Amino acid sequence: MNFDFSDDQKMLKEQVRKFLTDKCPYSVPRRILDSDEPYAKEVWKGLVEMGLTGTAIPEAYGGLGLGALELCVIAEELGRAAAPVPFSSSVYLASEAIKLFGTEKQKQTWLPKLAAGEIIGTFAISEGLHAPSAANIKTSFAGGKVNGVKTPVPDGDIADVAVVVVNAGGKVALAIVDLKGAGLSHEVLRTFDPTRSHAEITFKDAPAELMDGQGWEQVSRILDGAAVLFAFEQVGGAEAALEMARDYSLERYAFGRQIGSYQAIKHKLADMYVKKEIAKSNAYFGAMMLNDEGAELPEAAAASRIAGCDAYVFAAQENLQTHGGIGYTWEANTQFHYRRAKLLALTVGAAIQWKEKLVARLEAKNAA
Amino acid sequence: MDFNDTPEEATYRAQVRSWLDKNAVRKADAKDLPLPKTLEEVLKQSKAWQAKKADAGYACITWPKEWGGGGGTTIQNVIYGQEESNYAVPGGIFAIGLGMCIPTVMAWGPEDAKKRYVGPAVRGDEIWCQLFSEPAGGSDVAGLRTRAEKDGDEWVINGQKVWTSGAHYSDFGIVLTRTDPNVPKHKGLTMFYIDMKSPGVEVRPIKQMSGGSDFNEVFFTNVRVKDSQRLGNVGDGWKVALTTLMNERLAVGGSQGNADADDLIELARETEIAGEPAIRNGAVRERIANWYVQAQGLKFTRFRTLTALSRGETPGPESSISKIVAANKMQELGSFGMDLQDMGGVIRDRSVSPAEGAYTEQWIGAAGYRIAGGTDEILRNIVAERVLGMPQDVRVDKDLPFNQAPRGK
Repeated sequence: MNFDFSDDQKMLKEQVRKFLTDKCPYSVPRRILDSDEPYAKEVWKGLVEMGLTGTAIPEAYGGLGLGALELCVIAEELGRAAAPVPFSSSVYLASEAIKLFGTEKQKQTWLPKLAAGEIIGTFAISEGLHAPSAANIKTSFAGGKVNGVKTPVPDGDIADVAVVVVNAGGKVALAIVDLKGAGLSHEVLRTFDPTRSHAEITFKDAPAELMDGQGWEQVSRILDGAAVLFAFEQVGGAEAALEMARDYSLERYAFGRQIGSYQAIKHKLADMYVKKEIAKSNAYFGAMMLNDEGAELPEAAAASRIAGCDAYVFAAQENLQTHGGIGYTWEANTQFHYRRAKLLALTVGAAIQWKEKLVARLEAKNAA
Repeated sequence: MDFNDTPEEATYRAQVRSWLDKNAVRKADAKDLPLPKTLEEVLKQSKAWQAKKADAGYACITWPKEWGGGGGTTIQNVIYGQEESNYAVPGGIFAIGLGMCIPTVMAWGPEDAKKRYVGPAVRGDEIWCQLFSEPAGGSDVAGLRTRAEKDGDEWVINGQKVWTSGAHYSDFGIVLTRTDPNVPKHKGLTMFYIDMKSPGVEVRPIKQMSGGSDFNEVFFTNVRVKDSQRLGNVGDGWKVALTTLMNERLAVGGSQGNADADDLIELARETEIAGEPAIRNGAVRERIANWYVQAQGLKFTRFRTLTALSRGETPGPESSISKIVAANKMQELGSFGMDLQDMGGVIRDRSVSPAEGAYTEQWIGAAGYRIAGGTDEILRNIVAERVLGMPQDVRVDKDLPFNQAPRGK
């Protein structure tokens, strides 16, 4: 039984944590929240310099040639810090999608630049206030041009390249669009978490190239992989929120004693711990399936996502609650996790969608 | 990451499997074997199986050979447990004695007691029970009131214990008593071992809500024990009891054959909501998803613990969540399985109800499981205090002499 990360992977995690503790304390997401800066450039630059954007990109395309497990440990630390950087869009989504389904030429064109952090990538799937599905993608691809509107697109305002889910003559397909090219406009969206920017992108005869293969399965595979990585962000975030709540409960006195000595608080924090461990254990299996491209990846990814959403949202909201009134102020750091937890619970699809997907898979297996 | 054995583990597993094949029947082949009908038969079969295991070094695998154990590692113990669970063998009767009582005797008992009792317990010749809980001391065990008073070279015990598993077939027991009510509660306790056949010991089975009887009340009326039966110093009983409690077996077993998400899918196919198969109903689907995720979470938490053991490391605190999650899931899933049967859910009959009545049985059983061996609330305290480092509750009786502490009737 070897159901844990290796010493090298743990060392990488430690390095990323050290870097983020130094360079990305809560004052950094606060700065992004308070300003028009879309992301923390200096933190992004540091991650790029450590080579992390190329972690899972093969060496042939300028990456480090490591695997999903390394990405998982990085994700956990980014989540812990609520880091305001486009890492998830560029790495978990765009780079992974191109790696999986790009043509050889597309890989050669885009992966080295993504690995080197010279450009930022994103994944454009959502088309408004509903869940995307094989039947409702309207953004069209025809004659080498994309037309339509994608919103919200994470990091859509700063990305240089997008993998776009399109309707190509009635079939779902993936297209690569150079966002610095012609036929594009974007508008920054107002969201509840300005530490991660989102935009609406309008495509008007934007030049594009189709990627290999067609079908919703490709979209699912990209989302499954990202769901596992986001689950690690959620575990890291949940752990940070739990620690913040614990520390405050030891510091704060009410009715003559530490509030952390009341069972109402202790049991709440114990529940946060329980959910976080359930999420972590599911995410570990997701990591293993993702790394091995295992047959159970869809179920493992769904379970990772469902448990991750539950653990982080609960930890973030109950951390704020544990703080009482001060937790609801602008000056408190509780808000970073409150916002980020809900953001991550929506990015790549809400838990209720994943529950449906999971049970459909379980039903099929059960019948077999 | 992988779920594979190390080469040493694989060798051990193969050795265990080949021994079990020679000495036991696989569950799949045991369906037609007659089940033991009486307690006497159960005890006889259990003791015979335990002796066989002891001869082969599979009883108390982690104990030194000089004490009759197997001289093995924790992971070997886990591997044996995993393999044995595939065979129709008697089990459970010795868990408390060998898991808790005998380790306490080994840690605190005089040499001659160790020589006299450890061997026969390992071989299953003698069964032990643990007499801690009382009507006035459940979660707060140190609030117990059973008195032991010195009389020459002997002690005289009077009082009552409760929730004592297996007392009705045990030969010996360890009993925690109050020897000094004039000091704060944790300081006035002393531990003894006793012969359950001593005059004045009376065992009465408790009939549980489920209808079963797994526990007993044990009454002590002027029970005399020798001072040489004392485990640890007078007044050190709490310290000794902590040894017992720390020796609780690592909970790394599988689920206990309860219905799970997969069973619910089958049940939801066969039942209806508003004229449609229940499986098509969103509320049903969401619950199935939630319980599947919990079950997977528990399974992979266990795998994380096993990984640490396999590497010879101390497992992290993550396994402390298991019972909280498992017991609640067991209760809610059972209850929901009954709901899916709608009005028919009232029937409690294994020959009629789906999954041989598993939903009803686990719904009833979980009410006890949420309490036994640490209530949900105590377990949350343990997570908060030992894992998260939060302070203990204010204890109003902590520094008061026991006989002046507030108490109910």
